[in-house]
Formats: sequence, C-alpha cells, structure tokens
Amino acid sequence: MNNRRVVITGMGIYSCLGKTLDEVRESLYTGKSGIIFDQARKDMGFRSALTAHLEIPDLKKELSRSQRVYMPEQAKYAYVATCEALKNAKLDQDYLDKHEVGLLYGNDSSADPVVKSVDTMREKKDTTLVGSGAIFQSMNSTVTMNLSCIFKLKGMNLTVSGACASGSHAIGLGSLLIKWGLQDCVICGGAQEVNPFSIGSFDGISAFSSREDAPTKASRPFDRDRDGLVPGGGAATVVIESYESAVKRGAPILAEVIGYGFSSNGDHISVPNVDGPARSLRMAIQQAGIDLREIGYINAHATSTPKGDQNEAKALFNVFGDYRPEITSTKSQTGHEMWMAGASEIIYSMLMMKNEFIAPNINFENPDEDSAKLNIPSVRVEKKFDTFLSNSFGFGGTNSTLIVRDIK
Amino acid sequence: MEKQELIAKINEVLAEEFEVEIEDITPEANIKSTLMLDSLSLVDMVALIESEFGVKIKGTEVSSILTFEALYDFIYERLA
Repeated sequence: MNNRRVVITGMGIYSCLGKTLDEVRESLYTGKSGIIFDQARKDMGFRSALTAHLEIPDLKKELSRSQRVYMPEQAKYAYVATCEALKNAKLDQDYLDKHEVGLLYGNDSSADPVVKSVDTMREKKDTTLVGSGAIFQSMNSTVTMNLSCIFKLKGMNLTVSGACASGSHAIGLGSLLIKWGLQDCVICGGAQEVNPFSIGSFDGISAFSSREDAPTKASRPFDRDRDGLVPGGGAATVVIESYESAVKRGAPILAEVIGYGFSSNGDHISVPNVDGPARSLRMAIQQAGIDLREIGYINAHATSTPKGDQNEAKALFNVFGDYRPEITSTKSQTGHEMWMAGASEIIYSMLMMKNEFIAPNINFENPDEDSAKLNIPSVRVEKKFDTFLSNSFGFGGTNSTLIVRDIK
Repeated sequence: MEKQELIAKINEVLAEEFEVEIEDITPEANIKSTLMLDSLSLVDMVALIESEFGVKIKGTEVSSILTFEALYDFIYERLA
C-alpha cells in the first residue's frame, strides 16, 4: 500500500486566460496575455499598477447566502474551478458523500477581508459590525474550509501555505497521501486573491515590473530586459487519485504524477539561489525513476524577476546540461499566480501535452547569459511530448517540483 | 419615521440581505425560521439593523426578539 500509482482524473481552472479549460487552452495556443493596467492601484499609490484581470464570479444561483457569506474572492474562484474538475473527473455528490475524499489546497493570504474588517472596527468601534463572514474569509485556510463544507468532504482537509510553491506542494503532498494508501482520492489545487490590498506590500519592495506603458509586454520571463513580475491570480483544481480507484470508478485517467521533489534553500528570505532548486529538480527526477531525457517539456517557475529567472536558468542548466527540452514560463501570459501557480501550471502543461503544443514564452526577445543556454521558444511549438516537469519556488526558499506523464 | 414606513423599510432590507421573499415576512412569523438564520447569520441581522437604523441590539436582548412584530417594536421604541 505504500507505492501506489497516482493519476490525474480531473482538472478545472478560473484564470485570466479563461474561465474553462477550453478557453484557457485557446489562450495558451494563441499566446494571449491576461495582463492589464489598473488605475485603481495607481490611485492607491502603487509603484506598478499592472495586474492580471479577472472577474469575481457571481455565485448567487449556485450557492446560498449562508454559503457565500464565508467566501472571499479566491474561494469563489476555487469553487468554480473545483466544480469543473469534479465534473470532468465524474465525481458526483453521491460519491463524495460515501467516500473519504480529501482536500489539499494552496493558499497563503486573505488580505481583503482582513483589511475591510479592521477598517470597520477602527471606524465604528464595534466588532459586531464586521459581520459573521469576516473570520472565515480572513483565515489562511479559508479555501479549504469553504470547499470542504460546500462539497461535504470527509477526508484530509488542509490548506498548504508554501508561498509561491503552495499549489505545487498541495499536489505533491496529495500524491504522497495516495501513494502511501492513506487516501484514495484528493482534490488538490491553488488559489490566489487578486485585490490590491493583498499585494500592496509586495509592490512596496519593488518586485513588480514598472512597464506600465505596455502591460502585455511587462511579464517577460528569461528575457534580458525583464524588470520584475506582474501579480496574477484565480484558482486551479486538480483531482488526483489512486490508479485502482480511478479504474474502479471508470474515471477518465488523464496522466500520472510520477515525481515530487522538494527542498529548502536555507538562505535568503526573498532571493532564490541555485542549489536549492537544483536539489528539488534532482529529487523529483529520482522519485520518478526516469532518465531526465524522457522529459519533453519544462514549465519553469520563472516569474520575470532579474535574479529569480537567472538562478532558475542556472539550476536548469546544471541539472539538464546538454539535453535541451523546450522550457517556457506561462507566467509570460498569466503574470505570477503565486499561491495558485503550482496548480495552474500543471493544468497549463497538461493542456499543452494533451493538445500537442508548447505555448510561447511571450516577450522573450533577447536572452541573457544564462537563458541563452536553454531552449526557450518565443513562438508556439507544435510538439508531441508525454512527460513534463513543473517547477515552483517561493519566499523563504521553499521549492517544489512535479513530474507528470501522459496516459492515453 | 411613521411606524408603517419603518416596518416596510425593515422588511425590505431583511428580504434583500437574507434573500427571502418579502411576502414571507409577516408580523407574527418567526424571524429565525423565516430568514433561515443560524447563530452566525443572526449576528449579521444584528449588524444590519445597527448599520441601517442605528439601533444596537444587545446579545441579551436578541434572544427575546422572536417575531418580526417584536423586532419592529424594539426598533421603533429605540428610535422614538
């Protein structure tokens, strides 16, 4: 029971590239950017008013008031993504009621309800006026507490907070629970709020691109002239389960999670290094038990920051050497989806693998010394591949690497 | 504000916030069952009354306000 195969049986997404898998696949194929200039941020004193753009879903028809009142925006994104994933995985409420299905979702902030509650308390001097939803909206585990109650889940119920690697770690940890026989099916994912309050302090450390005159050109991972990341968000859900469970249910078996690697840099709080990511990469490949030349595509973490992309490029070159599979960062299109990114980028890569293309690393116009050593296409590549690797790194030096193999 | 006008306003804000039909709010009806309130959403009703009408309902008072009529009277008396 401690080495079971882990397969992906369903996916769902709500992102700046689309509100369904079909819309997102099309956006990836055409190299569309989801980035805009947001005047409201400028008015708040942001250094950079660039952001991914997406609407908060209106769930009045789907959920009751008493369900919605506890949900901040990222829980709403996660609900929509999870509905799509459950449907695609052929998981209905009857199955969820009768089995111990788990939930592991990445999330690492819920700033908007915190700020609004504190504003009310300061102004009115009366805590009752913040309302009943604020406490549940404000907690880091808000996504899992909401989804577990809405879908009446009975298995593992936990939020994974690993900065910008949260979503990737959620899938990795979920895969271990299944591999070890502790769960048969786990709903994994990552969610990211998109409101200004959540990332004003991030803007304050000059982490964002200031290319405000050309929003769609601002996120340019690996490009020589990159000047910072662009914040994004939404939610992505990946249903994983044991191969046996999927076969027994007659579920669609899309791919297999064959490797999960992780590491900690043990170094600076924000500046990534080379050794930590390289160890995560090697561990994932070793866990997968494959030759690295079997990997046909790498979805890089690369966020468009000068140092981060440089050190990831060095780590990738250190590990892959003269073997040069296509490497792209979908953050060139989405911006940095942070707590969500590790999960959404598994879905982006899955959509590419299933549809036999690699989305362009848009805005990659000139390499620097390190990215020049890698095979980074700036235009779409039509290519069949059956194994991909996805990197996610976060503040505090947390690293996660997943390797996924196609099942046809 | 005349009492009938006040009652109409109370019914309107409660129906909108708790997403029930305004016709279901009658003087003798039970507040909790009509508005489908649990212990958490009861807090939202108290907050709504305070923010809309400036009338604070203490925790010890809310448990004795069972019907809409009792609520109308409570608010009307505080505003008088």
